Amino acid sequence: MRDVAIVAFAQSNCQRDAGAQNEVELIMPVLSEVFKQTGIKSAQDVDFTCSGSCDYQQGAAFAFVAGVDALGAVPPIKESHVEMDAAWALYEAWLKIQMGHAESALLYGFGKSSPGELPIVLSQQLDPYYLAPLWVDTIAFAAMQARTMLDSGEITEADMAEVVARSRNNALANPHAQLKGDQTAADLLKEATYVSPLRLHDCCPISDGACAMIICTIEKAEEWGKPYAIIKGIDHRIETHHIGSRDLSRSVSTEIAGEAVGVKNGKVDVAELYAPFSHQEIILKKALGLGDDTVINPSGGVLAGNVMMASGLSRIGEVAMRIIRGEATRGVAHATSGPCLQQNLVTVLEAK
Amino acid sequence: MSSSAEILSQAFTLGYTYTRSTGPIVGQFLTSLRARKMVGIKASDGKVLMPPVEFDPVSADALSEFVDVADSGVVKTWCWVKQPRKAHPSDKPFAWAMIQLDGADTPMLHWVDAGDEAAMSTGMRVKVRWAEETKGLMSDINGFVPEAVALLGELKPAASDEQITGMEAPIYLTYNFTAGKATARYLQSMKKGKLVGQRCPNCRNVYIPPRGSCAACGVPTEEEVTLGNKATVESFTIVYIPIPGNPIKPPYVIANLVLDGANLSFLHLLSECKNEDVRIGMRVEALWKPEAEWGYAMENIQYFKPIDEPDVPVDQIGKLIDEGR
Repeated sequence: MRDVAIVAFAQSNCQRDAGAQNEVELIMPVLSEVFKQTGIKSAQDVDFTCSGSCDYQQGAAFAFVAGVDALGAVPPIKESHVEMDAAWALYEAWLKIQMGHAESALLYGFGKSSPGELPIVLSQQLDPYYLAPLWVDTIAFAAMQARTMLDSGEITEADMAEVVARSRNNALANPHAQLKGDQTAADLLKEATYVSPLRLHDCCPISDGACAMIICTIEKAEEWGKPYAIIKGIDHRIETHHIGSRDLSRSVSTEIAGEAVGVKNGKVDVAELYAPFSHQEIILKKALGLGDDTVINPSGGVLAGNVMMASGLSRIGEVAMRIIRGEATRGVAHATSGPCLQQNLVTVLEAK
Repeated sequence: MSSSAEILSQAFTLGYTYTRSTGPIVGQFLTSLRARKMVGIKASDGKVLMPPVEFDPVSADALSEFVDVADSGVVKTWCWVKQPRKAHPSDKPFAWAMIQLDGADTPMLHWVDAGDEAAMSTGMRVKVRWAEETKGLMSDINGFVPEAVALLGELKPAASDEQITGMEAPIYLTYNFTAGKATARYLQSMKKGKLVGQRCPNCRNVYIPPRGSCAACGVPTEEEVTLGNKATVESFTIVYIPIPGNPIKPPYVIANLVLDGANLSFLHLLSECKNEDVRIGMRVEALWKPEAEWGYAMENIQYFKPIDEPDVPVDQIGKLIDEGR
């Protein structure tokens, strides 16, 4: 596989409600930022553009097409979209580069979830015959997954609170985070349950925002003369939609993807895991075989702010920027989609 | 529509009134459900999957062997909803649960009416509470209840025993749509009876309604340009079919109009002329509704009507030079 460089990454602040900002107004600032980092002028200066978003979030049909207004697509550009997290847009662009169809690509993800009732909107991504008509939401499934693990003794509520406390503490140093604070796990455990056994803080917040990234071949990165991090491997796997057939206490798809990209073939300095619920970070850490020598979610992760359809790409960007800044030499980034970590994408990144 | 200093928002409901075909497997499950019977399907490894799926989750083999399962079973995991959402099947606190019915090897999702969280536990036995009327939908199960609860409700026989091949699956989602900054500025001007667009700082094109960016250059637009009421027909169509919910009686004319000083067209109605006289390049003018009826909407302009000015040559449409350009 050909090495691919990440040369630029930018993300907006995670906000509960972006108010009077439409998709274009959310996207443009992060695009300008990655163009500036790369030293290029517009999407005309890359070979391929791919975005990730979901129109159901804001209830605006073809919002993803409207988003193209931010690109300056005249004369026409090569452009694509995934109705998924933009981490999968990165995967599409990575394939294009592997195939030799592009040397560089712009990726962006955006989400405005504030206009709707997100857990209910997400209930409609489930099986349309058996689950969607009951309006069972994502929080409920995560709560049942947590109970499975609590019942088996694999985790305790204190373990879950530890994850949240560390997220909130790490987020103190993240200017983009929505939730941050110095609460201890003991403080958090005093709070009442929300959807039992989950407490509200076990669940990621709902956020509006956007992120963007520029990737390219190593040759192109050298030509641009910018520092970069290298994607050494990227893989994604999905599990059955028949949720009763899944072992919810494991993430088999993450295990397979992690194995495929060789997570264990070297020391992992840093990992950003897309765990929308506290117990899922514990599942993912185990699935990827990460030890206590790996710093997990130094940004605070998505428990500190979760822009649906952008957070996965942001996990990869967070790790890449830490490598570019010299804070780490090898890292792992993870993105997820679907109920109870149904689909997972794992990326291994290394320094130049 | 409500308005604060900067933010314009409006609640709306998005409806997807789908009818889904079920296929033979889901159809058989729903047909059985309507008859108040539970059926699972035998997987490649002999296990009974509940609810039935068309293909084996591991081997991907097509599955076809239905197996009767009981309408009672064991809670494998659950969560407690203190504050049900409007869309939820119960308006009192309830549990979602993965329930493994006797005779099945996988649990299925449904809800449990236990009254209180303290009445719930992993491993507890529950049974189906059938709906009084069954229709071949998941809601034929009016939740599960703890097995000891006596069920006294009267059950009507199923209205039909025909094989189910489709189901109504309407989805309604409610949103509070917020206009973007550029759109909000534009609508606030509309409410004052003014047409205000935005100019691209790069290519100098003027857009109305503005979106906050120049789609051609990919740069933000901020400079505001007040435009007049005169426009040119760029293209048009005559609508002969009635459109549900539209109060205008066909046939009528919808035109792409470019305001003088603007470079991109928008859609509006064209009236006060014979439909067959409408042509590309025709000069028109906005007819505003009485000021008392002005809101944050394009409908403040009732329609555009022809004016006595020479037609604009096709290659000049959208290129009329405006002062300051």
